[in-house]
Amino acid sequence: MPKIKSLEELRKLREQVQSEITTRTETGTTIIIGMGTCGIAAGARETMRAILEELHKRNIEAHVATVGCIGMCAREPLVDIEQAGKPRITYGNITAHKVPRLIEEHLINGHVIEEWTVGRLAQQ
Amino acid sequence: MRELSLHILDLLQNSLEAGANRLELEIIEDTKQNLLTITVADNGRGMDAETLRRVSDPFFTTRTTRQVGLGIPLFKAAAQRCGGDLVITSQPGTGTRVVATFQWDHIDRAPLGDLPSTLLSVLLARPDCEVRYRHRVDGREFAFDTQEIRQALGEVPLTHPQVRAWLEDYLRQGYAELYHASEDGQG
Repeated sequence: MPKIKSLEELRKLREQVQSEITTRTETGTTIIIGMGTCGIAAGARETMRAILEELHKRNIEAHVATVGCIGMCAREPLVDIEQAGKPRITYGNITAHKVPRLIEEHLINGHVIEEWTVGRLAQQ
Repeated sequence: MRELSLHILDLLQNSLEAGANRLELEIIEDTKQNLLTITVADNGRGMDAETLRRVSDPFFTTRTTRQVGLGIPLFKAAAQRCGGDLVITSQPGTGTRVVATFQWDHIDRAPLGDLPSTLLSVLLARPDCEVRYRHRVDGREFAFDTQEIRQALGEVPLTHPQVRAWLEDYLRQGYAELYHASEDGQG
């Protein structure tokens, strides 16, 4: 069984991040990607991959979650961005190549890309 | 779908929708027997005989957001196109098992593709769900078990950005290693 990376690394990582996890899980940004059959067929998994890559490249710490079909199949891949203190924005047709602009404008510059949105949910 | 790992993601999502909190994925590639077997098993709510009978019908679905369910019919067609088949067994209250077989070298068989991303998608969907993955390619094997990972992590969640990055690397390395030309004899 190949154990190239060892679980020992994970234990070290645990000690490293333990102190900061409470703040990180309660604040900040969550990105949610629709991953039903419709999303998968439209490229949602590649969108997720592009999002993870872009976050990594720009050193942004955000939570990423996937969900099943939410019923807007024709607009998949659907990506929701939720930031503390702001309305939750749903973007439609976010294929992988649109991800860099999405991350740049929404997360870095703080602008909603209006022409890509399909909805927004007021903050609770 | 272009990759079998996309079908697998779809099946695993079905399992989550069925309320499963334990998923098992087993892939066995046996080139001597020219056989690829993909098994997805869950402990979700399962299906009764009537539902099971209709699940390969594209115009049947349990979801309420739309009226068609293409996941299973598409995967079944892909298997049958490659000299294989797809068989589902299920028990209400116990869970469901889907076994898909393919002639390994069939010209129409899609590649497994980006399996690590498929697994990561599932880990990010329901972080409290246990996922066990075992993949054998002839003599080589890679196994991944969230229980083992959780033990090492303690209270740090699987979805923590740094843990997430580690998991992705770990899965990619383990998966790639399965297809490395074996120079070291028996691993």
